[in-house]
Amino acid sequence: MTDDAPKVAASPSSMRLVLTLAIAGLISGIAIIGIYESTLPTITANKARELREAVFKVLPGVSQMQALVNRDGELVATEKPARDEPVIYGGYDEQRNFVGYAMPAAGPGFQDTIALLYGYRPGEKIVVGMEVLESRETPGLGDKIYKDAVFVGGFSALSVEPEIVAVKKGTKSQPNEIDAITGATISSKAVVRIINETHTQWSGQLPPPGSEPSLVRMESQDAEVGQ
Amino acid sequence: MKETESYEEFIKGVWRDNPVFVQVLGMCPMLAVTNSAVNAIAMGMATLFVLVGSSFLVSSFRNWIPKQVRISCFIIIIATFVTIADYTLLALVPKVHKELGAFIPLIVANCLILGRQEAFASRYPTRLAVMDALGMASGFMLALLSLGAVREILGDGALFGVKLFGENFEPWVIMILPPGGFLTLGVILLFFNWFKLKKDEFLQEVAEAERSES
Amino acid sequence: MKKRDPDLLLFPAPLLQQGMTTPKAMRDVLYALLPATLASLWFFGLSAVLILGTCIFGAVLAEWLFADRRARSESLRDASGVLTGVLLGLTLPPGLPMWMAFLGGFVAISLGKVIWGGLGHNLFNPALLGRAFLLATFPIAMTTWVPTTGDSGFFSIYPGNLALPFMQVQIDGVTSATPLGMMKFEQVVTPLSELAFGNVSGSLGETSGLLLLLGGIYLWMRRDLDWRIPVSIVLTVIIFSAALGLFNAERFPTPLFSVFSGGLLLGAIYMATDPVTSPVTPKGAWIFGIGVGVLVMLIRVFGGLPEGVMYAILLMNAATPLIDRYTQPTVFGRGDKSS
Repeated sequence: MTDDAPKVAASPSSMRLVLTLAIAGLISGIAIIGIYESTLPTITANKARELREAVFKVLPGVSQMQALVNRDGELVATEKPARDEPVIYGGYDEQRNFVGYAMPAAGPGFQDTIALLYGYRPGEKIVVGMEVLESRETPGLGDKIYKDAVFVGGFSALSVEPEIVAVKKGTKSQPNEIDAITGATISSKAVVRIINETHTQWSGQLPPPGSEPSLVRMESQDAEVGQ
Repeated sequence: MKETESYEEFIKGVWRDNPVFVQVLGMCPMLAVTNSAVNAIAMGMATLFVLVGSSFLVSSFRNWIPKQVRISCFIIIIATFVTIADYTLLALVPKVHKELGAFIPLIVANCLILGRQEAFASRYPTRLAVMDALGMASGFMLALLSLGAVREILGDGALFGVKLFGENFEPWVIMILPPGGFLTLGVILLFFNWFKLKKDEFLQEVAEAERSES
Repeated sequence: MKKRDPDLLLFPAPLLQQGMTTPKAMRDVLYALLPATLASLWFFGLSAVLILGTCIFGAVLAEWLFADRRARSESLRDASGVLTGVLLGLTLPPGLPMWMAFLGGFVAISLGKVIWGGLGHNLFNPALLGRAFLLATFPIAMTTWVPTTGDSGFFSIYPGNLALPFMQVQIDGVTSATPLGMMKFEQVVTPLSELAFGNVSGSLGETSGLLLLLGGIYLWMRRDLDWRIPVSIVLTVIIFSAALGLFNAERFPTPLFSVFSGGLLLGAIYMATDPVTSPVTPKGAWIFGIGVGVLVMLIRVFGGLPEGVMYAILLMNAATPLIDRYTQPTVFGRGDKSS
């Protein structure tokens, strides 16, 4: 492979140019489809596993879950929610009893949108866990909303009635109050506001406690997705 | 003879014509994803894969690709490799992929890669082209890593996630944020230019001394 | 490094000198800062000495390190490094670890001055640039305010000062919010008498408004200072907060509170007036001052931060070349004014 590039005397025909590009595009397309098809199962499984782990984290005692959507005013279980449909997740224990909802929520933080998931038990009307999925809060300050164990732990039994209130650190006295992070008041308040807003938005759509949709999927299927 | 030649092509990219420190190319990923050493390595590996892959293909087909459509062909080849890298990272290391975000697809716009195809791979035999690509990509990775290491050490007190200073380290928040990238890069470029200036001065003095002796 | 003279030397006007030299002006500013500096020693004890000392050391070290070898002694003589160190020190919280103060002084000179080509070429006020760097780098330490030492005496040191290099403050000392912080986050108003005499928590130099004013008057009498800049800043702030007070007197601070709280006087008198980074034309000085005043109030009232003097001045610093360009007086015999 040491021969020099041939000097192209006459310009090649347009047919040849089109043909070259078409072949290049074809080969490229085949390669891309190949890589897409071969990685898709792993990618989908990764995403499903991430979601399951987050749901199990915010809803202690849960071992199975299903996606729930609001269709015609009724909360129903679904395998594949439509693209722009708001989804919440129902968590169930070993005996397939309903435990609580895992609610995805998002809203503006100090820098960018904060996306989080929180566990909600409608019977007691309390939040039982919170996990930040995405945030660009300031490292060292705002990122404490997921790095500060005390703050995250504050969401383990938090009443949402009448609404959650962030108070100065060390002054929590009511079941609906949570200690804000010193130096990151804005981010802490943003998390609280996001949860409050999502709660108000969904509270009308949830069925009365005791009549939640039951677990539809078979356990074996559920386990398969998780692999 | 051949061995030294390809070795030269490799070293050229790592040091003398370093794409970042000397040519100041590829600044976008350079500043965006170097807030930790791991991210820097991942970005460097992805770029290395794309650059070597496309250089090999472009050099192999250099006699077949008509001059008039060469840029389009280069872009198709590069974009294919970038897509492959993107999906592979997403499947194998989803955490790293999330950190790098949009900057993996943006490798396609890295002028370093298209520049090497146009300036080198499309004119030289495959072996030299691959060596050149390896050298350039290693130089790029070296630069990414030095920036990422400095920023992670100061910004997080850690290197590759291993804490260096114990628990009570006070992180330099600015180093994790974009301004830290600009500052660190500026300081490194300053050092490189100062070093070059010193070297030139030294060579000049040597030359003058020789002249006065003779 | 070989000294290379630029082909064309550019100096900002005025080019006439009236017995006033740079070292003299710098020294005057230092004298003017003396009352406020002494007050900071009174209120914060030995900690103030430590912080100011390390800031000056960092600044002078950078000055010496990056100076041309032949011009080393000269670069130190004009006292601008010391002045930058003192100004920076006065904007820092008294409980800041000393190693951060040192870093701030070093960055202020190296990034704020040397890198632009030395004194007279910098776009931003070096002391404020150093402070901005520190605030972005150590946001927690830079916003942890301690109460004045009070009765515990001169020789008590805040535990934060002695943190080891690269380490954070170990002990959770007593903290207290600044008057502006209390206003913004807790709606507590500090009485004006305390603000004027300075028995409030805050950075070293922003405690006593009256002493800062005293230094400003000295500078004005010595003609070291363009009175238009501080006056326009203070007037803008007063008008702005009076206007806000008309809407809702409960929520917004009173005009006098706005002037005497935070670093407004320190910034308006000593930093905004930096001759290098402020406009040279009288009209430009008014525009500059009004800009700073409006930005300060916008950041304080509507922004996420309780204090905005630093960013306000830095932003207007950036606009200074533009202001200078559009306020140049028309050369005699030229121009369009053919009336």
